[in-house]
Amino acid sequence: MAAMNLNRKKQRVDELAATTGARVEGNVDAGGIKDAEGVSLLASAWRRLRRNPAFLIGAVVVVLFVLVALFAPVLTGHDPSTRYLIGEVSQQNNPVPKARPGFPLGGDPVGRDLYARLVFGARNTLLVAVLATLTGFVGGLILGSLAGAFGGWVDSVVMRVVDIMLSLPSLLLAFSIAALFGRASQWSVILAVGIAQIPIFARLLRGAMMAQRHSDHVLAARSLGVKPGSIVLRHMLPNSLSPVLVQATMVVATSIIDAAALSYIGAGNADDTQPEWGQMLGQAQNLIDSYPHLAVYPAICIIVVALGFTLMGESLREALDPKSRR
Amino acid sequence: MLRYIARRVLQMIGVMFALSLLIFAWLRALPGGPVDALLGERATPERRAALRKVLGLDQPLPVQYLKFLDNAAHGNFGVSSAVQPGTDAMQVFLTRLPATMELTGVAIVLALATGIPLGYLAAKRHGGIFDNLGVLLSLVGVAVPVFFLAFVLKQYFAVDWQLLPLNGRQNPDLNATRVTGFFILDGILTREFDASWDAFLHLILPGVALATIPFAVVFRITRASVLDVLDEDFVRTAEAKGLTRQVIRRRHVLRNALLPVVTTIGLQVGGLLTGAVLTETVFSIAGLGDAMNLAFQQKDFSVLQVLIVMAATTYVVVNLLVDIAYAYIDPRVRTR
Amino acid sequence: MTVSRKAAAVVVFSAAALSLSACAKSDRGSGTSGSGGAGGNSDATLTFAAAGAPSTFDPFYASDGETFRITRQLFEGLVSFKPGTADLAPGLATSWNSSKDGKTWTFKLRTGVKFSDGTPFNAAAVCKNFERMDNQNDAGQSAAEYWATNMIGFKKSKDDLFQGCTAKGDAEVELKLLRATSKFPALLGLSSFSMQSPTAMDKYKANNISAQGEGFAYSEYAKSRPTGTGPFTFSSYDVANKTVTLVRNDNYWGDKAKVKKLVFQIIPDATQRKQALLAGQIDGYDLPAPVDWDSLKKAGMNLEVRPAFNILYLGLNAKKNPALKDLKVRQALYYAINREQLVKSQLPDGASVATQFYPKTVDGYSDGVTKYNYDPNKAKDLLKQAGQSNLTIDFWYPSEVSRPYMPDPQAIFQAIKGDWEKVGVKVKPVTKPWAGGYITGTQGGAAPAYLMGWTGDYNTPDNFLGSFFGSTKGQMDTGAYPWGTTLASDLAKDDSIVDPTQRTAAYKKLNEQIMSQWLPGLPISSSPPAVVFGKGVSGVVASPLTAEDFSTAVKK
Repeated sequence: MAAMNLNRKKQRVDELAATTGARVEGNVDAGGIKDAEGVSLLASAWRRLRRNPAFLIGAVVVVLFVLVALFAPVLTGHDPSTRYLIGEVSQQNNPVPKARPGFPLGGDPVGRDLYARLVFGARNTLLVAVLATLTGFVGGLILGSLAGAFGGWVDSVVMRVVDIMLSLPSLLLAFSIAALFGRASQWSVILAVGIAQIPIFARLLRGAMMAQRHSDHVLAARSLGVKPGSIVLRHMLPNSLSPVLVQATMVVATSIIDAAALSYIGAGNADDTQPEWGQMLGQAQNLIDSYPHLAVYPAICIIVVALGFTLMGESLREALDPKSRR
Repeated sequence: MLRYIARRVLQMIGVMFALSLLIFAWLRALPGGPVDALLGERATPERRAALRKVLGLDQPLPVQYLKFLDNAAHGNFGVSSAVQPGTDAMQVFLTRLPATMELTGVAIVLALATGIPLGYLAAKRHGGIFDNLGVLLSLVGVAVPVFFLAFVLKQYFAVDWQLLPLNGRQNPDLNATRVTGFFILDGILTREFDASWDAFLHLILPGVALATIPFAVVFRITRASVLDVLDEDFVRTAEAKGLTRQVIRRRHVLRNALLPVVTTIGLQVGGLLTGAVLTETVFSIAGLGDAMNLAFQQKDFSVLQVLIVMAATTYVVVNLLVDIAYAYIDPRVRTR
Repeated sequence: MTVSRKAAAVVVFSAAALSLSACAKSDRGSGTSGSGGAGGNSDATLTFAAAGAPSTFDPFYASDGETFRITRQLFEGLVSFKPGTADLAPGLATSWNSSKDGKTWTFKLRTGVKFSDGTPFNAAAVCKNFERMDNQNDAGQSAAEYWATNMIGFKKSKDDLFQGCTAKGDAEVELKLLRATSKFPALLGLSSFSMQSPTAMDKYKANNISAQGEGFAYSEYAKSRPTGTGPFTFSSYDVANKTVTLVRNDNYWGDKAKVKKLVFQIIPDATQRKQALLAGQIDGYDLPAPVDWDSLKKAGMNLEVRPAFNILYLGLNAKKNPALKDLKVRQALYYAINREQLVKSQLPDGASVATQFYPKTVDGYSDGVTKYNYDPNKAKDLLKQAGQSNLTIDFWYPSEVSRPYMPDPQAIFQAIKGDWEKVGVKVKPVTKPWAGGYITGTQGGAAPAYLMGWTGDYNTPDNFLGSFFGSTKGQMDTGAYPWGTTLASDLAKDDSIVDPTQRTAAYKKLNEQIMSQWLPGLPISSSPPAVVFGKGVSGVVASPLTAEDFSTAVKK
């Protein structure tokens, strides 16, 4: 799934970088009062967002998801890893305990409370998705800033590295990284999914920074003798962040789906005491035929949340993209 | 121009070389190895050690790598240990390529056949219910895990209603003749049309599953570019000239809006080939994606090397061609 | 813009051209012959799903079930097993006897049998087969897993059990062994030691095996010319469609196969195999999950449950986790597992709790072994006595696999993990693909605790115990304990006892010793694996050795 996103992402990334880069330049050229312009830009974006139903739906889903994740223990009295119903499980006669008072969705094949696992699953899904996105972002930040800020041979070398990473499908990249860990855990999944996102962030940042390298305010700062490091940190980075943030919102969605795909191919987190939706979906594979609900619940959760983040990201992008202001 | 191309080709060779080295080193850093698949659960540690020695896996990495390069230069890419045991890895790649090409071909056609008209309609009724529904559909398509969608499709269309075949590429009962490895084409060449038809039916469900993401891309790009074109001067001029809307649409809007779509498809091909990993696994299709997954699971180093290098080469070559094309159009690129 | 379109066209075209030329080549290489379209078969085709690709068609170099399922239909051994049991029956040899010291075996051969290429099966052919198996190059010695583990050596070296084969006339052979062994003659029923056509093996260079890159390059014989005496003959291996096709051997010496064609279709995913059966696309598959047994039966499928001739155990490795060196810790871990509940909740009906390292039906099974009935308090006490109340242990289980003795490794893992956590043991899960690191890891001694099992090849205690503890460096690294070498040498000694009653008594004693004093691992359960066929298919007799003969299959 994620693998297919590869080129689409790359293209979207470049488009985004170009438009925002151009916008920043335009702003500076026009008035030189960058900050004021920036604020009004955000303000107008927010004004448009408030009236966009897609954004609102996405935001509601995301907020609900975060709330469930935060307040999981309040929403269920059961522990996600205790095998409450194991006594009645029998492979042949009753492999999956049925729903009953206290267990609204019944149990899983080892007698744990399915509802509790879904609720606590939100927590770990959020954790994996956010940390993976952060990993991708930080890695991309380092590579992208290096390339974008300095250009020349630094750019060449860094971008060749990024090219190599991009030339491998992101899912495969994630899979190979996961395979490197002796013991698959939540952290190996986070790193695997996160590292696979680095090239996109790197390209994005580089593009945005490249667009600024020759802009007047950077040239001005340079001629005033401001140190290169400081130019990057104080001037170029802040102006490149908005496309990155938009991308990050969408990468959260991809991370959730990628983590599920890793579980499906058997490279996911082996420890299921702290459940995660992708892991639950992956584990339900061999029972999907006889007991589809085991797979359907986590699948729906994943779809809805991924959709929420995507809707939010897409509307943010539209709001920030001057071309869509008609 | 020639110098630019030469420089880029040299760069590309450098990248490929570095990549092959990286892959080689990385694969050998993985826990496990081909010994499992070759010996099974019954072999003693002594037997395993002996096999590693016979395979040369006990030698230092640089020695192994040089041996690999030397063999590769002689067209010998190592023998598969698990995917197709005993077959040269390049041969595995070549026998499995047609399946993947057929599958991605069907997915592209499906994505275009649905994405373009729907995208066009959505743009025409920009902001309407149809537009919003279309956008939502394209977003959902991206949010559903492929293997889950595939399961739902299989359960209904193949098991419950028995309308379409469940998995594989062709009913083995047909005993069809193989010529090129492209089953549909083979059926036509040998006049076994039922074999072609059967192979085509086998492609529908996986094609749909694989097409969801490219559909979303095509739909949204069509929609966006039609919106753009509708806004362009020449359309307004045409309107001012009093041409009917039908003529305007046919002559100006669609034609101009399709250019970016066509360009995107070129870029999508690479992504599709890689997206086949999950689809082929879920539908048990003997393509490259399936090979890649199996090779990973069972540490078939020889096959993984060839598959990854070939995937990367395809990607890099496509990019190189696109870059060259751009350089041809825009001379400024060459001097960069 | 026009230029980029042209470029795109060039890309597509060149890619197509490349693959076209490539495919034409590959097709010629594989040498498949098509019959020209569909139809034409009045007789039935039986399609059975395989979980993986066969590694070769020469069973001598194989060690995996997927390969053997196919080669069992093509080849026969000197001895065979009574359908539905693990008892010996005449095969290509009609009778046999051994000398007093158990070192010389004489086999009377079936007469009038021919290999499918017309070569007569006789004493000379038998000896050619054995000499061929014994005489392997380096790569062959590494690949021939079954010979290496059962016969130990090659080329009549001093540790080679095989010391010679003599033809006595046309219909009698004499095999010379280094020492007496309980494995003989049962092991000759293994598919690896099947009789193959000497003519075909010579012609297609069967012994031409070499290591290339990371795998074995097999001979043309092993790839596409396997020739045996069995009820089916090899037709084709269609790699592009993942199917192996066998056809009925119309000159078979025994009852001819009841279906004309036998197709093995490779479907690696278990859920897909079930769906394919329900959709009528295949006629059967192996190891349906116990969870699905009832629903398959309800859907009208023929589910055959095999007798449980296997053992699931929890391997322990004290080298990896020194705390396990203490017998009390191992006993505590055993007492802590609620095996009754595990068997009831995670294994199908007919499964039973294991008390020793092999199932009841094997000679030397002892009812007098120490039983470790579920007792969490005793477990806690023992851990305390050993000073290991805060024990932490890495516990391995394989991902994405179903074994005859272990239908759902993950669920079994979870059950044991839960039990251990109840007595205060901290469990760190480790999982790897079965053939992608799990086997190497566990057999190589990297896993302190792990799930593993064994299906008997034939009915002797040594086939189980010898595999686990015959080498002190084996999976459970018994060399780490003071008694490891004693165990290994006792095993070798008991294996060479010629008298069956004495041998059985010796194994009984050994089992009791293993379970009370040594406890190198924790036997968990024996569980009956199943095989399932579609509505109109019957006649296949389920084998405890998972060695079914498809020639008796009837398809309506």
